[in-house]
Amino acid sequence: MVMSCVWVILLALSLFCGLLYGAGNLEQAAIHGAARAVELSIGLAGSLVLWSGFGTLLERSGLQRGLARLLSPLLGRLFPTARQDPKTMGALCGNVTANLLGLGSAATPLGIAAVKRMQRLSGSDGATDEMCRLIVMNTASIQLLPTTVAALRGQLGSAAPFDILPAVWLSSLLSVGAGLCAAALLRRRWA
Amino acid sequence: MTAFLIPALLLAVSALALVRGVDVYDALLEGGRGGLELVKSILPALVMLLTAVELLRASGAMDALSQLLTPGAKLLGIPPETLPLALIRPLSGSAALAVGAELMTVYGPDSPVGRTAAIMLGSTETTFYTISVYFSAAGIKRSRYAVPAALIADLTGFATAAMTAGWM
Repeated sequence: MVMSCVWVILLALSLFCGLLYGAGNLEQAAIHGAARAVELSIGLAGSLVLWSGFGTLLERSGLQRGLARLLSPLLGRLFPTARQDPKTMGALCGNVTANLLGLGSAATPLGIAAVKRMQRLSGSDGATDEMCRLIVMNTASIQLLPTTVAALRGQLGSAAPFDILPAVWLSSLLSVGAGLCAAALLRRRWA
Repeated sequence: MTAFLIPALLLAVSALALVRGVDVYDALLEGGRGGLELVKSILPALVMLLTAVELLRASGAMDALSQLLTPGAKLLGIPPETLPLALIRPLSGSAALAVGAELMTVYGPDSPVGRTAAIMLGSTETTFYTISVYFSAAGIKRSRYAVPAALIADLTGFATAAMTAGWM
């Protein structure tokens, strides 16, 4: 429903401003936008197919599981309660590594499984501190290779689509860090 | 630097998988079909949203909005042109992709505005959508401080995107 409201507001705003400023051909703009979306999707399709294939390879080669094992001690410190339960911890580590490797379709079911188990262990309908931490790690993107953005840049003529990598890493790291600090501060205010 | 990084990464993972006895090519093809599904699922959303974005630009609403939002953008330290992207990012992934594509087309993908937009897209997520999917699936009714904490992470991501776009 949110997007339905956004859609109506965007159209109303365009029409209002178009009349106000006496803008030219809105009809042409609409048709142009729709056509460009198809061009863009087809341009992105190559990269999306390539990187999805690569993602499946990461899963099947056992690299994802290896990374999950590697990160498990570190994540155990952030999630001391979840660590007590191997199944919760397995889903949680799987979720974080899938996010790191850009395996979106694998990350979501694992994240849901982790939150479900955390809920069963807490027995409450309120989010626990560890759930909030997991949420922050999922909403602040921690993807190592932002392939969709790079594909978009490549499609639009960037000289080196992946040269934003260091900036994306630093920016992701700082935003996850800020989110986790905010969570640590906010938990005292929420009973 | 990245000119060799990506093909080297493809080679390294493929070779390792082959050594471990994985049917590499089959995995690539099967995963690739998943990618095609992804294209199919985002195309209609991109059509609607790029139509809206083009209308916003042609009508002058985009400029008016950017001007109106300039003080807020200054506060965050981001280029005012990228503020519409920051506003839509937590709500919809494909809308953010559409706005980001528009910014990169108008200003160029390698311009400061284009780079900031790309770094913003790469270092943030569809926050509200993610929270609602996770919590509704697990039957969590009181989200407590999950939303403010996640939004603080997003704001930090936007501000640092603008900063790092200039440095790196």
